[in-house]
Amino acid sequence: MSDAAHAHDDHSHGHPSGIMRWLTTTNHKDIGSMYLWFALIMLFSAGTMALLIRAELFQPGMQLTNPDFFNQLTTMHGLIMIFGAIMPAFSGFANWQVPLMIGAPDMAFPRMNNWAFWLLPVAALMLMASFLLPGGAVAGGWTMYPPLFIQGGISYDLTILAVHIMGLSSIMGSINIATTILNMRAPGLTLMKMPLFVWTWLITAYLLIATMPVLAGAVTMLLTDRNFGTHFFNAAGGGDPVMFQHIFWFFGHPEVYILILPAFGIVSQIIPTFARKPLFGYASMVYATASIAILSFTVWAHHMFAVGMPVAAQLFFMFSTMLIAVPTGVKIFNWVATMWKGSLTFETPMLFAIAFVCLFTIGGFSGLVLAIAPVDIQLQDTYYVVAHFHYVLVSGALFSIFAGIYYWLPKWTGHMYSETLGKWHFWLSVIGMNILFFPMHFLGLAGMPRRIPDYALQFTEFNQLATVGAFIFGFSQLIFLVLVLKTIKGGDKATDRVWEGAEGLEWTLPSPAPYHTFETAPVVR
Amino acid sequence: MAVGNAKTLTKFIVVTLGMFGFGFALVPFYYKICEVTGINSGAEQSLVKNTQVDSSRWVTLEFDANTNEALPWRFKPVQRSMKVHPGQLVQVEYEVTNTSDQPIVGLAVPSYGPARAAAFFNKIECFCFTPQTLAAGESRRMPVLFVLDPTMDRDVHTVTLSYTFFDAAAKGQASALPKRLPRG
Repeated sequence: MSDAAHAHDDHSHGHPSGIMRWLTTTNHKDIGSMYLWFALIMLFSAGTMALLIRAELFQPGMQLTNPDFFNQLTTMHGLIMIFGAIMPAFSGFANWQVPLMIGAPDMAFPRMNNWAFWLLPVAALMLMASFLLPGGAVAGGWTMYPPLFIQGGISYDLTILAVHIMGLSSIMGSINIATTILNMRAPGLTLMKMPLFVWTWLITAYLLIATMPVLAGAVTMLLTDRNFGTHFFNAAGGGDPVMFQHIFWFFGHPEVYILILPAFGIVSQIIPTFARKPLFGYASMVYATASIAILSFTVWAHHMFAVGMPVAAQLFFMFSTMLIAVPTGVKIFNWVATMWKGSLTFETPMLFAIAFVCLFTIGGFSGLVLAIAPVDIQLQDTYYVVAHFHYVLVSGALFSIFAGIYYWLPKWTGHMYSETLGKWHFWLSVIGMNILFFPMHFLGLAGMPRRIPDYALQFTEFNQLATVGAFIFGFSQLIFLVLVLKTIKGGDKATDRVWEGAEGLEWTLPSPAPYHTFETAPVVR
Repeated sequence: MAVGNAKTLTKFIVVTLGMFGFGFALVPFYYKICEVTGINSGAEQSLVKNTQVDSSRWVTLEFDANTNEALPWRFKPVQRSMKVHPGQLVQVEYEVTNTSDQPIVGLAVPSYGPARAAAFFNKIECFCFTPQTLAAGESRRMPVLFVLDPTMDRDVHTVTLSYTFFDAAAKGQASALPKRLPRG
C-alpha cells in the first residue's frame, strides 16, 4: 500500500516525456485532449471528402470523380464523421469534464481509458488505408446494407473490422464513464444534483452499452456471410437482406441519440451561464432525456418504411417516432424559458448554443415530416433526408461541440480565446451551413436522389448554391483551428470562474486546471 | 471504491455480452415474427388480387357442346350454366370421350352468342387452342380458363359459349374448318 502511494506521488515527476507520455498516459485530461485532437483531425479528413463531393456536384455530369469513387467518398464521409469525429469529440468532453464536474480525481478505469482511446487511431488508419487497396474504399453506404456489403472486395472486410474496433473503443469508454458517474461522485452530489452534461452522458453511456454490441453482432454476421459461408443476409442462401436493416437500425436509431444527447447536455450547461439564470425545469430535462433514450428503442423501422411492411407496423413506427417530439419539445421549451428574461450576453459559446436551439429545431421538424410514413416513402433517399440529418448533426451535434470547446477552452488552457476570431468563425459557419444545407430541402422535395454523382439539369442552381455554402463552411473551420492553436499558446489570462454566470465544481478549480484535480473530494451541499 | 468499480465493471461487461448475444437472437426472433404474422412469406406475396372485377353486375354464362356428325366423339360441358362478375377469372370443364376403336385427332371451334360478346371473352387457356388426340375409347376432362372483359356492354346479360369438335384429319370436312383458327 505504501509502495502504491509512493508510486502515485512520483507519478508527475517520473512520467515519460515525448510520444511515450501520450501513448502511456492514464490522465483523464491528457486522454480528453487526445480524443478532441483526434476528432478534429477526423473532422478535417471527412470534411475534405465532403468538399470533394460538393465540388463534383457543382455542375451536372462527371467532373472530378468517377461514380465509384464518389460512392466511396459519401460512404467514408459518413462513417468517419460519425465514428471518428462526433463520437470521439463527445468522449473527449466526457473525459475532460465528467471528473471535473462530479469532483472525482480521475476516471474509474484509467488504463482502460488509455486503451479505449488508442484503439481509435488504429481503426481510423484501417479505414483510411482502404482507399489505397485494390478496388478502393467501401462504397456501399455508411449503413453497410447487404447485398452490396457482402459483395465488395477486401476493403469491406477491413471496414467491418474497423467498425468492430471503434465499437469496442466506445463500449470501453462508456463503461468507464458510466462507472465514474455512478461510483465516484463527490460526497453530497446526488444524482438529481448532477450537472445536466453529466446526466446526458450517463444516459448516452447506457445507450452505447446497449446498442454497440448489437452493431458488433450485425457486422460480425456480415463478416461471416462474406468469409465463412453463413447466409444471414444472403438471399441466395436463404437469408434475408431486410433483416440486416432491422438489426442495424435497432442500433442505428439509439445511435442518433448517442450523437445528440451529449449535445443537449453541453447546451444545457452553456445557456444558463450566459442567461445568468439557473436552468429552467432541471428535473423535466432529466426525465425528457431518459424518455428520449427509452423511446429510441421503439422507432427503428422508420428508417426503412420503403422496404414494404404491414400498415400496422408503419403506423406503430410512425406514431412512436412522433412521440419523441414531445420530450424533445420539452427540452427546447426549457432552453427558451431559461433565456426568458435572463441577463443575456452573446459570447461565442452562447451564439453557438442559440444557433443550436434554432437550427436543431429545424432539423427536428423536418424529422417529423419524414416520420409520416406516406411522406417518407416519397422522400426516401432524396436530398430532403440529407438536409434533415445534416441540420441535426452539423447545426446540432457539431455546433454544440464548438460551443463546448469555446466554453471550456479557457478552463483547459488557462487562456481566453480571441472573441473576434470566435465571432468570425461563428457567423461564417452559421451562414455557410445554411447556404449549404437549406437548398437541399428543395432539391429533395423536387426529387433529387442522394448518393448519386450526377443530376438532372433543373437541379443545377440549388446545387451550385449548396457547393458555395459548403466551401464557406468548410474553410471557415480553419479559423477555428487557428483560434484553438493561438489560445493554447497564449492569450489573456482566464480567471478561475471564467464566465460571470458559470456554476459548478469545475469553475472552483484554477485555470488552467492542474494536471491532478480533486485528489481530496470536494463536499457538495 | 476500487471494489465498487470492479463490481460495476462486471455488471456492464455482462450487459455488453448479453446485448451482443441479443443481436444474434434477433435472427430467429425475426423469422418467428414473420412466420406468425405471415409477413414476408412467399405465399402471401404471390397471391395477386384482381382489382379489375366489376362486382356491380352479374352475367349468366351458358355452355354448349356439339360434335360434327362425322366425328364419333361424345362431347358435353361439365356445367350447363353459371353466373360470374365481369373481370373475374373463371375456369370451366368439358368432358370428351372417343367412342370409336381408333385414335382420332379432333379440333374444337368456338362460337359465341351474342356474337358481339366474342371480343370480350378473353381466354387464357383452352383445349381449342391445339388439336386434341384421343386414343380409342379414351375419356378426358378439358379446362377452359377465361376472363370476361369488364368493359363488355352492360346490356349483355347472357353469353353462350358453344364448341363444335371436327375431325382434324378428315378431308371432306376441310371446307368446314375456317381458314385461320380463331384464337378467341
